[in-house]
Amino acid sequence: MRAPRQAVEIVFDHATKRYPGREVPAVDDLSLTIAPGEVCCLVGPSGGGKTTAMKLVNRLVELSSGEVRVDGRSVRSLDQTELRRGIGYVIQQVGLFPHMTVAENVATVPKLLGWSRAAIDERVDELLDLVDLPARDYRARYASQLSGGERQRVGLARALAADPPVMLMDEPFGALDPITRARLQRELLRIQGELRKTIIFVTHDIDEAILVGDRIAILREGGVLVQYDAPDALLARPADEFVARFVGADRGLKRLSLVRLADVPLDPPNGAVTPVAPDGTTLRDALSLMLSEGSQQLLVVDGDERPRGVLTLERLTELLS
Amino acid sequence: MTNEPVIPEFGEASRCVAENRFFCADWVRDNWAGVLQPALVEHVKLTAIAVAAGFAIAFVAALVAHRFRLVEGPFAAFSAIVYTIPSIALFQLLVPVTGLSVLTVEIALVGYTLLILFRNVLEGLRSTPPEVLEAARGMGCTRRQTLWSVELPLALPAIVAGLRVATVSTIALATIAAFVIPEGLGRPIFVALRDYFKTEIVAAGLLAIALALVADALLVLAQRALTPWAHARRTA
Repeated sequence: MRAPRQAVEIVFDHATKRYPGREVPAVDDLSLTIAPGEVCCLVGPSGGGKTTAMKLVNRLVELSSGEVRVDGRSVRSLDQTELRRGIGYVIQQVGLFPHMTVAENVATVPKLLGWSRAAIDERVDELLDLVDLPARDYRARYASQLSGGERQRVGLARALAADPPVMLMDEPFGALDPITRARLQRELLRIQGELRKTIIFVTHDIDEAILVGDRIAILREGGVLVQYDAPDALLARPADEFVARFVGADRGLKRLSLVRLADVPLDPPNGAVTPVAPDGTTLRDALSLMLSEGSQQLLVVDGDERPRGVLTLERLTELLS
Repeated sequence: MTNEPVIPEFGEASRCVAENRFFCADWVRDNWAGVLQPALVEHVKLTAIAVAAGFAIAFVAALVAHRFRLVEGPFAAFSAIVYTIPSIALFQLLVPVTGLSVLTVEIALVGYTLLILFRNVLEGLRSTPPEVLEAARGMGCTRRQTLWSVELPLALPAIVAGLRVATVSTIALATIAAFVIPEGLGRPIFVALRDYFKTEIVAAGLLAIALALVADALLVLAQRALTPWAHARRTA
């Protein structure tokens, strides 16, 4: 296995996209920096320009003014084809080539880049393994022989094939059923934990953004960036009414779901406390448990069922403030 | 004078031939090598050349129309007009220019294939789903790479469907070539029509039908071999 490429930074520098004949820009003076190896979720209502902003990076949409830099180089200075071959691209409808097998689909970019047959074969097997599709069973299948979730796994493998430092993902899990969707979100986080790509992830689902994103950029109609923050900061301090409404009235609960019992200070156990929850539980589930049991406190145990401490409602409220 | 029909002189004809019955197997056997087989071979050649040339022209035109939409209207109109000219009239128009030649016949036959082939190739090229095109673009396929490795393979079913119609209709139409040149399965039919000799008409007609069926079957097999994805078993 080749060494993973160094992650790179993506910078939007006063990036603007206007379509001729439209008064309102699609992306309006967007400036934000995505640190190497981070997942940036672009979120917002339709018409917020999130997909357009993403496509400025691989020049499927050309800038009207301003700049987008990948690894310090303006995308406009790079050859369009070369640029795209260095950026993984995943879309909601996947767009697998129906006349090619899974292996041939995954091999697309390496083939364009002129890799040797042997290197391609090895890479395809490695990637199918990574996305949890056993190469022996899946290599020779066609897209018509895959489920929706399997197709998007292949789409992900195809985008990762040439080990691009940057990935663009446009509502990749938007067309999947909730169970498959949750599974693929977890898989993406696992893969990202291994590969550390710089990812732009477009979604209209704030919960998905909170789960997947290291940082979240909220765009409003007309392509205006309203807030760019880590999920916890976004939920704790929405910049304005628009963001507050967008993240939802349950933002307190959403914040709680970001933290697990193992990560918070606990009071020492004194006497018998119920209910009991393992320390991998999120604060949100812990709160739900306390409320449904009518209890002000909860006993936290570790993996071996040993008591670790007690969480009280008071302490929980402090954590949120 | 009696009004009995004139029985043609066939030398040592069998009873069947002498009575001009519907179909005489012995005549077919006796005249296979001398009449029917050469006509069949000529017919295959006429058809193959017409379909190949027609395909080459229609294919290039469709590629151009796929790239430049403006080209579609004029070429479609041209091929549709050619298609509506009655074949015998078209021969009459061509003979003063190209004479009683194979070229005259081929120009007409090619003309009739253009409409269906052009339409089908173009429709096939346009059948690629938009998300597939976007994925190709996003991955850095050039326009040419997208055409040859994505759009054309996906157009194959429509292209072969067009070739099937063009081939079968050309086989039928090529019998009329005998108006101009003594070639193809039309020739024995013309000869036999002179004195209404049934066996020869029936035999040549059956050969044309058989040829059409065989050609069609071959194209279906070719398509199956070329488009394995279209009939992959859904195992998922």
